[in-house]
Amino acid sequence: MTTMTIAKAINEGLRATLTNNPKTLLMGEDIGPLGGVYRVTDGLIGEFGADRVVDTPLAESGIIGTAIGLALRGYLPVCEIQFDGFVFPGFNQITTQLAKMHSRSNGNLTVPVVIRIPYGGGIGSIEHHSESPEALFAHTAGIRIITPSNPHDAYWMIQQAVDCQDPVIVFEPKRRYWLKGEVDTETAGLAQDPFKAHVVREGTDATVVVYGPLVPVALAAANAAAEDGRSIEVIDLRSISPIDFDTIEASVKKTGRLIVSHEAPTFGGIGGEIAARIGERAFHSLEAPVIRVGGFHMPYPVAKVEEDYLPDIDRILEALDRAFGY
Amino acid sequence: MGATHLPSTEFDGTELDDQLEAEAEAALGEPSAEMVQLLGPDGTLGTDSVFSEYAARLDAEKLRGFYADMAAIRRFDQEATALQRQGQLALWVPLTGQEAAQIGSGRASQPQDYIFPTYREHGVALTRNVDLAELLRQFRGISNGGWNPKDTNFHLYTLVLAAQTPHAVGYAMGIQRDQRLAEANRLSDSQPAEPKAAVMVYFGDGASSEGDVHESMVFASSYKAPVVFFCQNNHWAISVPTAVQTRIPLSNRAKGYGFPGIRVDGNDVIAVHAVTEWALEHARQGNGPVLIEAFTYRVGAHTTADDPTKYRESSEEALWRAKDPLERLEKYLRSEDMADDAFFEKVAADGDELAAYIRKSTYDSDTPDIRAAFANTYVEAHPLVAEELAWFEEYAAGFAGEDTAEGAGH
Repeated sequence: MTTMTIAKAINEGLRATLTNNPKTLLMGEDIGPLGGVYRVTDGLIGEFGADRVVDTPLAESGIIGTAIGLALRGYLPVCEIQFDGFVFPGFNQITTQLAKMHSRSNGNLTVPVVIRIPYGGGIGSIEHHSESPEALFAHTAGIRIITPSNPHDAYWMIQQAVDCQDPVIVFEPKRRYWLKGEVDTETAGLAQDPFKAHVVREGTDATVVVYGPLVPVALAAANAAAEDGRSIEVIDLRSISPIDFDTIEASVKKTGRLIVSHEAPTFGGIGGEIAARIGERAFHSLEAPVIRVGGFHMPYPVAKVEEDYLPDIDRILEALDRAFGY
Repeated sequence: MGATHLPSTEFDGTELDDQLEAEAEAALGEPSAEMVQLLGPDGTLGTDSVFSEYAARLDAEKLRGFYADMAAIRRFDQEATALQRQGQLALWVPLTGQEAAQIGSGRASQPQDYIFPTYREHGVALTRNVDLAELLRQFRGISNGGWNPKDTNFHLYTLVLAAQTPHAVGYAMGIQRDQRLAEANRLSDSQPAEPKAAVMVYFGDGASSEGDVHESMVFASSYKAPVVFFCQNNHWAISVPTAVQTRIPLSNRAKGYGFPGIRVDGNDVIAVHAVTEWALEHARQGNGPVLIEAFTYRVGAHTTADDPTKYRESSEEALWRAKDPLERLEKYLRSEDMADDAFFEKVAADGDELAAYIRKSTYDSDTPDIRAAFANTYVEAHPLVAEELAWFEEYAAGFAGEDTAEGAGH
């Protein structure tokens, strides 16, 4: 067991995959000598050279597009998109090309590209640096989306993303990059399926599903609720596409109440999808409608008011009050 | 006729700057004097300071082969158009007029090269030995691909314009790494090296406006990737003329990226072959990318859903028909006694045979099953896909015993 931050855990995970697989290469803006704007790739160009840690031109479509070509040639590219709000120049390549290549080639071609995207708010940043666009990608078949919430998952999930033969987007909770935690780099962390949710706190009265940056928030809300005598189960979704509905269903059949919270706007979001599916699977177990706690239907607001936009402990507690009020 | 403007391997920006003004003045509707042409519309062979050497590599047999290829793909094009008119294909994208640009460039590629087409490169597909019957599967609605690119190093058609250009550059970056690794791992100098490879990517004058072309050229230039950008300027992006896409010859754009750009007569199969062979060798030898602009013309419609009479004059089409790539090569072959009537009769008969094969293959083609789409969405097992497939199977089973043509799942 080693204690490290999420940023360091991803760095170590990338180092491991670069060491273990000569076909892995990293590409992105400022990921070389600078080590990325969040220093996630710090030191890697020195160890593995410029052929494998590639500082690219400032062009996201070009990054994703050339990664597709490298993958067609047998490489395992890991692309860094500098910030969530800057992925959109590459959106066309991700949705029309990367996601469809295996299908449109009738299974003949695989494009195991990994795209790392720091996402989410809460860092007081300027426009386009605080967004949560995961639902836009989850709607696209052919790609997988995972998001670690702690250093141990971060270390292993980035490696599992590289090992996966499908394209994988890894949304990294940027406001938790400096969150420290224990990482077990020795034993088979690989045995944990990256596409399965984890119950991170057991409870009996209500279930709160969260992922990425909101996992610590939900855990804090559950602790606060416990003081009111409510036993809250918290699920870290870990995978946004596919979603592990089995784990959520089992929890809801036990607790009877479900809150889903994410920073992304609720409209057309992951919470709505979970609500609909759980509504079908566990209708008779539900004591209350599934309640979503998320961003509003507006462009991500200016930093000085993001506190009012982001789900926090109180908003999750308020949602729990509503769920218990039915 | 001269290609003295051709940038050498050692790129000289100053020299190119001097030429920019002159070339910009060249009317876009007519090729500039700087365009590389060897075989003129009258069927006489000219000379070029750089490319005559490449043309000299072509013997009579190869030239007859070029003619046979161009005739075959034109016949194929006619048959596919007919099949669309008869409702056998949802859509067809005709190539007539562009045979020389495609056969000349495709025949310059080597087996180890990898080709990324747009969606009109039926002639290039022929040169890469793609089964032309498989090429029609996409247009019949049976497949979004139709062939396995790994068999021929001819990638699937890409319908999102220019989206394949960065793929080509990435593939070329992979070749660079493979070659560096192979060189490092080579046991001794006596061990033969793998043949060097390059990538060629096709796009059109319309797609040249897409941002992906720009980003691709930046990447290719920065990393000196072994890629040839082959732009067929066929003068029309559906209904919009080239002048709306560019105010200078497209080949000039290469200068801005710092690599050679060559405009070639796209209806001259000998010149196209020579220029492409030069460019691919340039790329394979590690000298970086090249842009080729093949100046040609889409004689037919954009697709079978298009109506060119609404946006261009038939006199313009007639002008270009007079520059027909097949006719000029036929004139040359006959004038040099490289081919006789028997040859051209054989080519025509082979074309009819190909057409019959295409027609039969289309009629006989299998019916797709949506289960293949479930199977190929992801490589690895996916619970949502599995769940939806299970639902579908149960739903389809409810129709068991009914006429299968009406039932679900067919």
